[in-house]
Amino acid sequence: MKRAVLAIIGTVCGLVLLLSFKTHPAAGTGAVATTGAGADPGAAASPAPSDSAASTPGTGSGGSGGKTRTVTGDTVDTRWGPVQVQVTLNDGKITKVQAVQLPSDNPRDLEINNFAVPQLEQEALSAQNSQIDMVSGATYTSQGYIQSLQSALDKAGK
Amino acid sequence: MTPQRHAEPCMGTVFSFDLRAPHPPEGTLERVVGWLHQVDATFSTYRPDSDIGRLGRGEVRIGDCAPEVAEILALCEELAEATGGCFSTYAGGTLDPSGVVKGWAIERAGAMLREAGCPRYSVGGGGDIRLGRAPEPDRPWRVGIADPRRPGELAAVLTGQDMAVATSGTAERGAHILDPRTGRPADAGIASMTVVGQSITLADAYATAAFVMGESARAWVEALPGYEAFAVGVDGSTWATSGLGAGDPVGTPGARG
Repeated sequence: MKRAVLAIIGTVCGLVLLLSFKTHPAAGTGAVATTGAGADPGAAASPAPSDSAASTPGTGSGGSGGKTRTVTGDTVDTRWGPVQVQVTLNDGKITKVQAVQLPSDNPRDLEINNFAVPQLEQEALSAQNSQIDMVSGATYTSQGYIQSLQSALDKAGK
Repeated sequence: MTPQRHAEPCMGTVFSFDLRAPHPPEGTLERVVGWLHQVDATFSTYRPDSDIGRLGRGEVRIGDCAPEVAEILALCEELAEATGGCFSTYAGGTLDPSGVVKGWAIERAGAMLREAGCPRYSVGGGGDIRLGRAPEPDRPWRVGIADPRRPGELAAVLTGQDMAVATSGTAERGAHILDPRTGRPADAGIASMTVVGQSITLADAYATAAFVMGESARAWVEALPGYEAFAVGVDGSTWATSGLGAGDPVGTPGARG
């Protein structure tokens, strides 16, 4: 199992570096995952990546099942610099990928990493305090759109 | 920089754009929107003179249609195969690829924005969304999943970037999802099925197929590499596939099996 996990980490390293090619424009201030349940995205911008290393982010989200574990890989030297990745697994499936160490001259890598795996939050779910950008739901007609949350969001941004 | 937002009625629904800095050059959004309307004119099942309308009546052959028609129809066949027949463009008895067209158009619109220099985009079409890079370097996109049982409320929030989110359900249009295997409205106990993954075209088809499958969709989506699902049952229960677990959930009933 350990070998399998390390193999996965190896792949993830490759992925991280590969993804960093795809995404170019620079100008960033470092990155922190703010996927914590109920976290205010605006207020959570601390530049220390290690702050976001918790495998079950979330204030108020009590214990989730016991099958979650976090594995940190060895540091790998790449031509961009040292890379170290932490993977959270739930029932053997990767649920979160986190860069513990990345070449510091490219903050994009952190961003890509921290948001690599979609996260689901199921609490505090009134649309007003959830700070959402978009809404996914059953297809609405142009009539239905008028009453939709998405419509409210579109208007709010103008 | 304030987000650039736009809502455009098209294809019988509304397309929503949320573009973050760096914004694309002036005129890009207009070009993308114009292209969407062009796609609508080609594929509309409501306009008798559209390519797809004439094709459905046997008045023209595929070769006489816009080149995208062959592309879309090939895609439809692939999707029907990938979903074991639980997704079909003939579910209502006539040729209607509009479900596929919408997802495909969202995907293309996103690519057009990215290529124009706007990587932090979000394009939604009637509840299906393709998201580019995170809206800001220090936070991911936050996508509300509409609660099918309580209009205006959310059942969950999904965070991430470079992802597609599609939801199938009956909440907005009534029982409009037909089971291609029976020709009748799907009745598998699901109120809303959300699928997350890279491609909105695939996520959309998977969400429709998974909605039709019901409970067995869970194992089916677990086995799909790169795709995850979140379902709300007609009884209000919810489940999510294991890849969506980490953020999570206080009390997702049954989510851990």
